[in-house]
This record gives sequence, C-alpha cells and structure tokens, in this order.
Amino acid sequence: MYEDLPFRFSGFGPLLLSIQLGAVTTVLLLIVGTPLAFWLARLRSRWKIPLEAIVALPLVLPPTVLGFYLLVLLGPGGGIGKWWFELTGSTLTFSFSGLVVASMLYSLPFVVQPIQNAFEAVGRRYDEAAAVLGASRIDTFFTVTAPLAVRGFLTALIMGFAHTLGEFGVVLMVGGNIPGETRVISIAIYDHVESLNYGAAHVTSAILLVFSFIVMLTMYAINRRWRHD
Amino acid sequence: MTDHFGRVDIRLQRDDFELAVDFAIPAKGVTGIFGSSGCGKTSLLRCIAGLEHGATGRIQVNGDSWLDSVNGKRLSPAERAIGYVFQDGRLFPHKSVRNNLLYGEARRGSRAAIASLDDVVDLLGIGNLLERKPAALSGGEQQRVAIGRALLSAPRLMLMDEPLANLDRARKREILPYLDRLHAELRVPMLYVSHSFGEVARLCDHLLLLEKGRVQAAGELETLLADLDLGETLGDMAGAVLPVTSLGWREDEGLSRLHIDGMELRVPERLEAGELRLRILASDVSIVVGEPAASSILNVMPATIIDWRNVGDAMVLVRLSLAGRHLLARISRASLVQLKLLQGQAVHVQIKGAAIRR
Repeated sequence: MYEDLPFRFSGFGPLLLSIQLGAVTTVLLLIVGTPLAFWLARLRSRWKIPLEAIVALPLVLPPTVLGFYLLVLLGPGGGIGKWWFELTGSTLTFSFSGLVVASMLYSLPFVVQPIQNAFEAVGRRYDEAAAVLGASRIDTFFTVTAPLAVRGFLTALIMGFAHTLGEFGVVLMVGGNIPGETRVISIAIYDHVESLNYGAAHVTSAILLVFSFIVMLTMYAINRRWRHD
Repeated sequence: MTDHFGRVDIRLQRDDFELAVDFAIPAKGVTGIFGSSGCGKTSLLRCIAGLEHGATGRIQVNGDSWLDSVNGKRLSPAERAIGYVFQDGRLFPHKSVRNNLLYGEARRGSRAAIASLDDVVDLLGIGNLLERKPAALSGGEQQRVAIGRALLSAPRLMLMDEPLANLDRARKREILPYLDRLHAELRVPMLYVSHSFGEVARLCDHLLLLEKGRVQAAGELETLLADLDLGETLGDMAGAVLPVTSLGWREDEGLSRLHIDGMELRVPERLEAGELRLRILASDVSIVVGEPAASSILNVMPATIIDWRNVGDAMVLVRLSLAGRHLLARISRASLVQLKLLQGQAVHVQIKGAAIRR
C-alpha cells in the first residue's frame, strides 16, 4: 500500500488504534469517573485528602512503575488477570482490553479532577434549590448539577483523550507491540526510531502532531463558545 | 390555639450555637420570623425545609409528619410540600425563566396546583421575561421569578428567607407591591424571615421573635408590637400597627384622610383609597395633658393611659387606648413624673403625620 515511499511506513493503523484506545478509555472513564468526582466533591470527611492524593498518583508516578504493577496485576497470575482469564478465556496483558484498563488508571486524574473541580464550583446551592422544588437526587444531578458543570466535562474529555493518545510507557509495559492490537502510534514511532527508519518516524510523528493540534483546536473553540453563551 | 396548621418543635446543635424552638404555624396568613442576625432565623427555615441534616425533633404540617426523629422519620426536602425562596434567588442559570418556573410544577407529584403558570405570571408581572435567562434579569425580577417558581410547585407552606435582603432600596420598592398582592391573594400559610422591621410590619399577620436560637415571643403582630414587656427587645421599633380605611388623597388640602373606628387621621402623603395598615412608632407619639395648644402636628387625638413600663434608665413606654386600639408612646421618665401621669387618665396624643406608614 505504501510501497512507493522511500521508507517502510506502517500506515495509519497505529493512529487509528490510538484514537480507538483514546475514545474507549475516555468514554469509560467519564462513566466511572463522574460518580467518583461527584462523591469526592461533596465528601466532608477527613478521608477526602488521602483519597484525592490516591486519585492524583498517576500524575507523578513514572509510567513504568504504574506499568510494572499493572503487568503483575493484569497478568495471568495476577488477581485481575486471573479473574479475566476465567471470565473470557483470554489474557489482559498484551491485549487491547488490557490497554484500556491500564489507560483508564493512567488517565484517571485527568478526567476526575476537572469534573470534581466543576462540581465544587457549582456547589450545593442549586442542588438545594432543586430539592425544595421536589427533584430527587438523581433528577437533580441530571437536570441541574451536571448541566452546570458541563465545562468540567468538556475539559475532562479533552484531557482524558489527549493524555491517552500520548501514552507510551504504560503501553510498552502492559501491551507490548502487537500490530492491530497494542501497537499504538507512540509505540510505532519508537519502533521506527529503534530501527533507524527516521523517514517513517517523521511522517508518523507529524501525523500525530497535526491530529493532536486539530483535536485541541476544535475542543478549545467549542469550550470558548460555551463560555460566551 | 387549636386551629393551628402545623407545629415545629426542633433542635439543631452547632459548634457555637444551639437552635431550640417550639411554635405553632398559624393556619392563615404570613408569620414574620424576626430577630437580629445570627439568631437562627435562616437555620430555622432550613430545618423546616429539611436542608439541615442535624435537625432533631418533630415537624408536623397540614396533618403530615415531616420530621419525627424519635420514630426515625425524616422526609427529604423533595418530599416536603414547601415553596422555598432563597435570599439569593438561586434561579437555575442554564434554564430560561419559563423553564425555571416549570421546574417545580413538573415535580409537584399528586398535589393539586395552587396557581397556574398564567396566574403566577400575572400576579408577579413577569410575562415579558419568560424567554430570558436569569443572568439577564435585575435582582428584583429574579426574586419575583423565584417566588413564582416556588408557588408553581404547589406548596402547602411557603418559606421565604429574606427575599429582599440582597436588593437595593429602589428594587425593594419595586417588589413590595407584589408581596402585598401575594399576601392578599395567597391561601397558603407563609413563614417570612426578615431582619427588616419595616417588611415585617407591612407584610405579616403574626410574629415570631427569635433571640439566640430561642423563641422569645410568638403571637399576633399587633398584639406583640404593643406588648410592653417586649419594649426592651424591640427598642426603636416598638409601636402599634393599626388597620385603617383610607378615604384617599385630597388635592385641595394636600393630605390623605384615614379612618380608624370613627376617628380620623390625616397624612400629608398621597395614599390610595382602601384598606391600609399603619405603623405608628412609639417614638413618634407624644402625650399632652390638658387642652392641646395649636401645633404644627396634624394629628392630635384623645386617648386614655392604660399602663407603662420602664425601658432602660431614662425612658418609659406608655400604653394608651385610642378608639379601643392600643397605641404606644415612648417618653422620658422625667416627663412622666413632671406631667404626673396616672393610669386611666384621659390625655391627648400627638402623632407626627410623617410617622404614619404602610
């Protein structure tokens, strides 16, 4: 397909896989992270600060450390990996599903923190107003709290997706380099450089650069429009 | 009081403050909850609404139990049939005025409506605001919408937490006539928290005086305000509130004539004909013994001294009977001695026209 190029180019496969990984991870993180963020935002306990520190850990932890623990945990001998193997018959390590699990942990603070901040900024005032008007807690959440925190969700979406897209260390540890399964774009670039195929590394890097810029530009433009609404 | 509509007997413990009140909610009219800031007015309202989780005791409204902590019963705010108007309005910023108004209506459950959207729009004069967002409204408009939103949720008890406190004087003047109409037309009992005595005297039928988390006095507004025992607490606000009939403005005389049980008061103020409530502060009433001499004070009327009470070291609060109604006069103790005033003595009272207010 790319035989005419003066170097061996692995195609758009890794980019598409990265986008797929980013999308699945972000959607799952929004589903899991929103209740967590809401709970943390409304928590009034001395455990709040330790819990927040745990959620923030992936920000400072070297990806290799996270990757190592995940490799142990997700492997066929590890707790989660064993359970997954009994459930599905396949291993979590060196598979796309494993990458999703790893990425969710890795990108957790990037999704939870903006949403939590937004919930804290909205406060309880409107929750109370909805409650005295007869709205249940769930009703209040979907009709008042979440719509008022919408910019937090958008930031979480941008950050979660972008951060997963740029993931390298954790993927290398947990996923390896299987084309179509775990060979995401950052791995492909590393691979090209390792084999001194700088031409392909240039093209692949440029694709990621342009794509990332377009994503950021679009999302910030949307965010800006909402701000002035 | 057997005809009471509800009873509140609750406690709320805070680090530096305890609220412990027991009072009956009158079945009709507006009950002013009045007291200095920090006396627990807002906390009391929040307890009744179910917004304070630490509240214990019993709340019984309209035959329903909202709180009965001994038996482990506690309705959530959503389950209590209340209409709550917050001091800061709290209109949902992402919804239009119309959708704010309809939010509570859609969630009133099986309760019968007390007003339709059209009624509320008409009552509060908000027809031209319906499609706007709350941010585009003035403070007074926001509070009118907040009141309408509460009414449409079909409450059995209205709770108003200083709805005018955040407004400037012009906005207050703009919204007060709507509250008068609400008072006149609404059949739902209302608790109205305020630290403004003017608002309480104008809008309320009953009064609950709070001090440091305790009920100091509760009862009919007119009775309480003329209660000598509360003279110390009420301070400059002690005085009478009298219901009068206005005959309207007289252009030729430059004043309005008011009737109270056969007596006539004259006010140099443009007043509409109709029923009014006059507030006459004790400090604006003075006592004359013998025939009153010609004076620039418009209203000089015969009255009878009932009794008096010392207020502080130098002042005396005198209760008088004026056409069967109670009137208070605040005079110095020196004057009381000098004039040799006696219980049952017939005197004249001078009321400064300007002191007569709605």
